[in-house]
Amino acid sequence: MNPRQRALAEAVLVPLATIGFAFLVSGLVVLVIGENPLIVARLMIAGSLGSGARLGYTLFYTTDFIFAGLAVAVAYQAGLFNIGADGQAYVAGLGVTLMALALPGLSPWLLVPLCVCAGAAFGALWALIPAWLQARRGSHIVITTIMFNWLATDLMSYLLVNVLRPKGDMQPESAALPAHARMPAFSHAAQALGLDVTPTPLNGAFILALLSAFGVWLWLFRTRSGFGLRVAGVNRRAAAYAGISAGTMIIVAMLVSGALAGGMAVNEVMGSQGRLLIDFTSGFGFVGIAVALMGRGHPLGVALAGLLFGMLYQGGTELAFDVPAVTRDMILVIQGLVVYFAGALEGLFRARIRALLAGRYAGAAAT
Amino acid sequence: MNSALITSGLSAALDYTTPLLCACLAGLWSERAGIVDIALEGKLLVAAFAAAAAASASGNAFVGLAAGIVASLALAFAHGYAAIDRNGNQIVSGAALNMAASGLTALVGNAWYHHGGRTPPLAGAARFRGLHLPGSAALAHVPWIGPLYAQVISGHALPVYAALALVPVTAYVLKSTRFGLRLRAVGENPAAADNAGISVRAMRYAGVALCGLYCGLGGTYLSVAANAGFLRDMTAGTGFIALAALVFAKWRPWPALATCFVFGLLNAIADRLQGLVLPGIGKVPVQAVQALPYLATVILLSGFIGAAIAPRASGVPYIKARA
Repeated sequence: MNPRQRALAEAVLVPLATIGFAFLVSGLVVLVIGENPLIVARLMIAGSLGSGARLGYTLFYTTDFIFAGLAVAVAYQAGLFNIGADGQAYVAGLGVTLMALALPGLSPWLLVPLCVCAGAAFGALWALIPAWLQARRGSHIVITTIMFNWLATDLMSYLLVNVLRPKGDMQPESAALPAHARMPAFSHAAQALGLDVTPTPLNGAFILALLSAFGVWLWLFRTRSGFGLRVAGVNRRAAAYAGISAGTMIIVAMLVSGALAGGMAVNEVMGSQGRLLIDFTSGFGFVGIAVALMGRGHPLGVALAGLLFGMLYQGGTELAFDVPAVTRDMILVIQGLVVYFAGALEGLFRARIRALLAGRYAGAAAT
Repeated sequence: MNSALITSGLSAALDYTTPLLCACLAGLWSERAGIVDIALEGKLLVAAFAAAAAASASGNAFVGLAAGIVASLALAFAHGYAAIDRNGNQIVSGAALNMAASGLTALVGNAWYHHGGRTPPLAGAARFRGLHLPGSAALAHVPWIGPLYAQVISGHALPVYAALALVPVTAYVLKSTRFGLRLRAVGENPAAADNAGISVRAMRYAGVALCGLYCGLGGTYLSVAANAGFLRDMTAGTGFIALAALVFAKWRPWPALATCFVFGLLNAIADRLQGLVLPGIGKVPVQAVQALPYLATVILLSGFIGAAIAPRASGVPYIKARA
C-alpha cells in the first residue's frame, strides 16, 4: 500500500472500529437488561430499512443529523467546538415561524425560500455572539455555546408561553404555519402522481441537506476561503503568517455553522410539525457531535454518519414497540459511546489501526 | 414581604444550593488539576439514579449514598482515562459521558422499574430526612436569630450540611496542604511539577476522583433527599449551572459557595415569582430569572467586568515526552 491508500484505509477503518466498539458495549448493556442483542440488532435494521415508510422516516431523521453534523464539522474544521447547535436550531425555528406567520399570503415559491433564509439567519445570529466573544474577547466558545443553549431554552419557552401562543391555546406552541410555508413532503408528491405510498415526514429539506453537504465540501476543499478556514483551524500562527485572520475565520465558521444548524428547524418546523413546538429539537443538535466525529469532519463522512444515526433513531423507535424494555434511550447510549470512542479515544484506535496497517505493509514487503 | 416568605425562600435557596455547590466544588477539583469537566451533569445524573435504586433496594439512604458515589466515580474514571492516559479531547469526552449518562439512566430505569425511567418512591429510612439542629426549638422565639436558625439553617437533610462542610475542607486542603499545592501546580504548569518529581498523572487522577466523589454526594441529594426517587433527566441543567458558577467563582472555593447560593436564591425567587407583579417593572417572566446565571456567566467571560482566568493548563493533555 502506498501512503495515500494507507491514509484512505485509516479514514475508513478508524470510524468502523469505533462504531463497532460502541455497538459491542451497547450489546453488553442490552444483555444486562436481559434482552438478546442480536434480536435487537435485527429488529432495528428491519425497523429502519424494512419498508418504504420506514426508510422515509429514517431519511427524515437523517436530514436533521446531516444538518447538525455539518454544523459541528464546519466549526471543527476551524478548530472550534460548537456545542451549541441545538440552541442555534431552536432559535432558527423562531426565524422560520416568524417569517411564515408574517407573510402568509405569499406564493410558496417565494415564502419557502424566505423561511429557509430566515431560519439560517436566526441560527447564524445565535452563533455569532459566542463567535464574536471568542474572536475578539477570548471567551471560551465551549462554555459560551453551552450557556447559549440554556439561554435559547429560556428565551424560547418565554416566547412560546407568552407571545407566540394563540389565545385560548393550552399548549405552549405557535399558531400553525400557513400551507404556503410548508416544505413539500415526498409522500404527498408521490400521492399527487397517483402512487400509493404511506405518508412519512420526509420532505424537501432532505435534498437541501444533501446540497448543503456538497456545498460545504466545495467551500472547504475547493475554495481559497475554505482553505484559509482549515489552516486557521490547524495552526492559528501559521494562518496569521499567511495573512489569514484567525478572528475573522472564527466568525465566518460559526456563522456558517449556525446557519447549517438552522436546517434542522426547516426539516422539523416546515417539513414535519407545521408549527413551532417547545423543545422541538429534542437534543438532535447534540447528535451532530457524534455525526461530525464519526464522519471525521468531512461532509461525505457526515452524510454517511448521518444516515447511520437516522437508522439508529428510526430503528430505535420501532424497536420500542417490539421490545418494550429497550427504549429509544438505547440510542442515546450508543451515541455517547460513539462520541467517547471516536472522539475522546480516537488516538488509541488510530494508533492501533495504523500499527496494523503498517504491519501488513511490512509483511507484504518481506514476502 | 413578610418574614415567613423570606425564611422559607432562604431555606429553599439552601436546598437549591446543595447540588450546585457539590457539582461546582467537584468541577473545581478537576479543573484545578488541569482536567476540564463538562460532564458534571452526567455524574450528578448517574449518582442520582444509582442512589435512588440502591436506597429503594436496601431501604437505607446511606447505602444509596455509597452507590451514588460509586456510580459517579465510574464516570469520573472513564473521563480520567480518556483525558489523562489517552490525551483525548476533554470536551468531547465530557459531552460523550453526558449523553451516555442520560441514555443509560433512562434505559436501565425503564427496564428495571417500568415507570418511564422513574424509580420506586422512597420512604422512611431510605430517604435523608430533615434534621432538627439542637436548640432550634429553644431559640425559635429569639427575634431575628431564632427564625433564621430554626427555619433557615435547621431542618435540612444531612447532605446539605455535608455539602456546606465541604467548602472549608476544600479551601483548606487546596490552599494549605502539600497535596493541594501539588494539585494546583499540576493544573497550572505540569511540566514544572513533573520536573519537581510530582506525578502529573497521579495528581490529575486525584482531582478527577474528588470530582466524582463530590458529584456523587450532589446526585444522591437530588434523588434521596430533595426528592423521593429518581426522575428521568432530573438534574435539568444543574451540572451546567455549576459550571457557570465555577467560572463566576474564578475556580475558588469560598466564592463558589457565594455564587452557588446566589444562583440557588435565584431559583427560589423564580419559584415564588410566578405571577408576581413588581412595581415599575410589571410582571417578571420566570424565564428571565432562570436565564440570569447563564447570562451573567457569558458577560463575565466576555471580560467586560473583571476577568475569569482558568487554571492555565486546564484542558491541555500533559505529554511527558515524545514517544
